[in-house]
Amino acid sequence: MSRRDAKRLAIDPIACDAHGLCAELLPELIARDDWGYPLLDGRPVPPELKVHARRAVAACPTLALKLAAAEQRARTRAPTGRRP
Amino acid sequence: MSDAAALPRLLAGPAGAGPGTVDLDGHLALHGLPALDRDAAAGLADAADRAGLHGRGGAAFPTARKLRALAGARGPLRLRSLAVVANGAEAEPASRKDRVLLARSPHLVLDGLQLAALALGAQRAWIAVPEGAAAVRAAIDVALAERARAGRDAVAVAVATVPPRFVAGEERSLVHALNGGPPIPTAARPWQRGVDGSPTLVQNVETLAHLALIAARGPEWFRAVGDPGEPGSALVTVTGAIPGVDDAAVGAPTGEPPVLGVGDAAVGRPLREPASGPLGTPRPDVREVPVGTPLRNLVAGPFQALLAGGYAGGWLSPAAAAGARLLRADLVPLGATTGCGALVALPQWACPVAETARLARWLAGESAGQCGPCVFGLDAIAAALQSLRGPRPPRRDPLPDLRRWCGEVAGRGACGHPDGGVRMVRSALRVFAAELDDHARRGARDRCSAEPFLPLPAVLPPLPLRTARPRGAAREGPLRAARPRDGERGPITRSAA
Repeated sequence: MSRRDAKRLAIDPIACDAHGLCAELLPELIARDDWGYPLLDGRPVPPELKVHARRAVAACPTLALKLAAAEQRARTRAPTGRRP
Repeated sequence: MSDAAALPRLLAGPAGAGPGTVDLDGHLALHGLPALDRDAAAGLADAADRAGLHGRGGAAFPTARKLRALAGARGPLRLRSLAVVANGAEAEPASRKDRVLLARSPHLVLDGLQLAALALGAQRAWIAVPEGAAAVRAAIDVALAERARAGRDAVAVAVATVPPRFVAGEERSLVHALNGGPPIPTAARPWQRGVDGSPTLVQNVETLAHLALIAARGPEWFRAVGDPGEPGSALVTVTGAIPGVDDAAVGAPTGEPPVLGVGDAAVGRPLREPASGPLGTPRPDVREVPVGTPLRNLVAGPFQALLAGGYAGGWLSPAAAAGARLLRADLVPLGATTGCGALVALPQWACPVAETARLARWLAGESAGQCGPCVFGLDAIAAALQSLRGPRPPRRDPLPDLRRWCGEVAGRGACGHPDGGVRMVRSALRVFAAELDDHARRGARDRCSAEPFLPLPAVLPPLPLRTARPRGAAREGPLRAARPRDGERGPITRSAA
């Protein structure tokens, strides 16, 4: 898998309403927390799951799930220059 | 020319003058630039870079990088100019330094605002002040009137008031509020799309004051105090165990005495202060100190723990505090932060479990309400801590869940609010491990019934927003019941690509 092809999942936390379709369609990569919100493990999407990842992105009712190139992971938070 | 290493700088006043506001004449005599024009602002970003100035609002973002990012920006359709905002909202309850600075040295802040506007070619400027801070508002109004008479400002400055909500001081919340929306952080980034859609620079008022001094005195002067890695002076707010002020402080601090700044008596915001405990009502004190000052010079013992970085900062044990300096390099590895320079010393008589639970509940209530992990995670964390406050131990030990939730909630919100809450709770899990374990096994102890210590603002009604609701969790049916585990396929048919 070349670096150029590598993709990572990201979630817009404001748009996400915990419908849960993403976790249903991509359980290998998306789990749910105690309140139903998606948990990503941050790994790049393996090639064999790419089509399922794209389907999950398309299925999200609020367009909260995104797939972006791994080098420039879709950032939904402003860089604050600080780490928690 | 005064000694470069002399303090105070930001809070300095003309010789012989009292502790009140430094007027325009006094400001010019002390350190003002004779005229604020494009020449004065030329090379501002470079000067900030050489000075090593970082934001003083809490995020410590390098100021030069922000200025440079905006210098290349242009408003949509090139019709709108850039905007600059001085952020004096100071929604952190443990911090008073922005109020004190604005009341004492408004011209330094306003000079910095003008210089930033000139450097970026911005034509609109705002200064945000806390709602209800009458002394601050008065000082700013008078200062703006003086500057208008003197023709000092090329860019007109509008004053905006910000409600006392914790997230309202975050730069995106501020921009959203200036755009007419609620003071909550949006997804848009101000340097791309800010006030009225224009790229907007938002800087803490203390950062702007430092910028004005750097423009007047030069980057090397700025670096004459502080740490080589984190240079300059900083304003800190210390609550509790103030050396020489609190009766309970025993022993003198080691090293040089702290530089006392202007007291906050004139500019305090009324808080719902707790009934007095043995130490009396905690009273914050603001002072200007070199960055890198040892914490033991700022806070005299004995105290039970030190909350460093504000109410979403981190708890430090007395031993850790004794060995640490006011430096991100020291405090971040200890699980705390410098934040906006707010330090709160927890007295011996207070119950750390009760105080942590109160803080967690307050932080949960201050969520903007946009993101599920923040709304539900901070609420669950607060409820778990609250369950440790009863006279009997909770039926189920909440500590494992607490640790798990802290790991799951951080980093999953649109802003840093859940991260700050988790930082505070995680530090409590470390520093107060014995107390928490004791409460989990035996319930509350005698001192838990003592008066509360940490002043918390009165609870405001929740923002009228769509409240995050886990619709997926509320649904029952075949999709929920047949949820797959650990990588196995679910009931929704996924045909091969």
